[in-house]
Amino acid sequence: MSEDLVRIAQLSCGPEYSGVQKEIYTAAEAVGAEVFFPDLSLADIRRNFRDFGLDVRSGDLKLAIARAVALVEGSVEADAVFIASCFRCAEAAIVRNELRRYIHEHSSLPVVSYSFTERTTSGTLLTRMEALTTIARRRALLARERQVGLTMGVDSGSSTTKAVIMQDNEIIGTGWRPTTEVMGSADEVMALAFEEAGVKREDLDAIGTTGYGRFLIGERIGADLIQEELTVNSKGAVFLADCQHGPSTVIDIGGMDNKAISVNNGIPGTFTMGGICAGASGRFLEMTAKRLGVDITELGPLAMAGMGGDVPMNSYCIVFGTQSLVNALAEGHSKENVAAAACHSVAEQVFEQQLQEIDIKEPVIMVGGTSLIQGLVRAMGELLQTEIVVPHHSQYIGSVGAALLSSGFVEKN
Amino acid sequence: MAKVFIYPATSLILSDLVARFGHKALGTALSIRERIQTAGLDSPPLQMTPEDAKRGLRWAAVEVPSGVRGRMSLFGPLIDEAEAAVIVKHADYAFGCMGCARTDELIEFLIKQKGVPVLEVEYPSDEDTGIAFVRSIKAFLKSLEGTHE
Repeated sequence: MSEDLVRIAQLSCGPEYSGVQKEIYTAAEAVGAEVFFPDLSLADIRRNFRDFGLDVRSGDLKLAIARAVALVEGSVEADAVFIASCFRCAEAAIVRNELRRYIHEHSSLPVVSYSFTERTTSGTLLTRMEALTTIARRRALLARERQVGLTMGVDSGSSTTKAVIMQDNEIIGTGWRPTTEVMGSADEVMALAFEEAGVKREDLDAIGTTGYGRFLIGERIGADLIQEELTVNSKGAVFLADCQHGPSTVIDIGGMDNKAISVNNGIPGTFTMGGICAGASGRFLEMTAKRLGVDITELGPLAMAGMGGDVPMNSYCIVFGTQSLVNALAEGHSKENVAAAACHSVAEQVFEQQLQEIDIKEPVIMVGGTSLIQGLVRAMGELLQTEIVVPHHSQYIGSVGAALLSSGFVEKN
Repeated sequence: MAKVFIYPATSLILSDLVARFGHKALGTALSIRERIQTAGLDSPPLQMTPEDAKRGLRWAAVEVPSGVRGRMSLFGPLIDEAEAAVIVKHADYAFGCMGCARTDELIEFLIKQKGVPVLEVEYPSDEDTGIAFVRSIKAFLKSLEGTHE
């Protein structure tokens, strides 16, 4: 698909009354998309709602259901679907989940669901809208299975900045640094990658950027591809895990937010991004390592030696999580057990808060820096009752995805 | 003339019935028109802003979804003003949609708690019940005559 306007169908209850509808429009506009409400006749609303079979009371939810059926049946055309309802509404949460599942199972439309508060801003919605439009627009690019030429991917995350240089489907250079000043960190990791690969900037055929700093870095270094991390990471994950065909699930527990993406043939179908609090992110594990007096790289092996179940810990909120951590140590629990409990707590929060929003299909691939913490991977595997795949270079997943996808621009350049 | 809150508040038929029998209908048509026509606000389509959800705290607590609170900032002032109410139970979608079931529950509760005369009537299913429906609303509205100036 070209860079045409992407039409995103909105199925919702409440955003106009919560005062956030304008934010939804703004986020869509920023990524060249248009949000629209599928128009239906009264007879179709009645019939579609009845046929779907979920007997909700709210009128707007009935309408959302009827619109979803129309999208699946094809009587209304759209490129993607955005499902939104009030945070804290139980009835809407049921509808949101069932509609997301229904659309995912019965159509190829990319879909994202979101529960908003009156404080939701367009910035919060931007990455989700960007991912929706990318999937709709760049199916051909996302279907790319091999990296060609000499390309570089830069991933500017909230905690770390990574760069990878690839040549003929192989990683030949990497760079990794904590993110401080966005451009400065990017310059450092690029220099490291160039050095390891033994190439120069001018040798590159194409560049891709992703992560929070993607726009700034992408514009400064003249990237061919500037793309959000949801699609880039899922592509990088299935590439490295050699799962480019069939279904898979990608889990990326990040420094600031978590991503869970349901992928089919390398193309994301449904995804969720967020997390209730930093307590359910890599940040909590970083803090745990600091409190235990070990380096973050030692936390994984430490946790593997401990028994998480012996220590009560609930990191639903990072403040409560810290409280549990301090209490557990004061009660005399070993460092190993506390490390294991922290890993279990983060995995549990992600499982409870986010993984319920997508359909888990094996293989489950864990990526990002936190996938190197074995204790966390073990805890997630136990919760999901499956063997988790952690591919090589999993911490470079965004950079690898960006290097792979940007190779689609090699011939053009 | 009494100020009669109608439920569903978007029902034009109820609004018309109340007006025909000499009372003022308190529905959302006017409050929504005000939102659309007020200059300076720019949150389409209703021009509701997050401030409205904050104002809704007067009727619903902060744990309540923001959509309910935003809706209450429209319905709340109408309920406060109401001197009587006609509530149609289990109304058809086409008769007037209220959108949020949780808001509906709160509205019904608040209007009953006010202690004003309230008529609760089932939505008609055929012509006979339709005639009885209009007749009962007419009788109720007539009973309000003289009780309010």
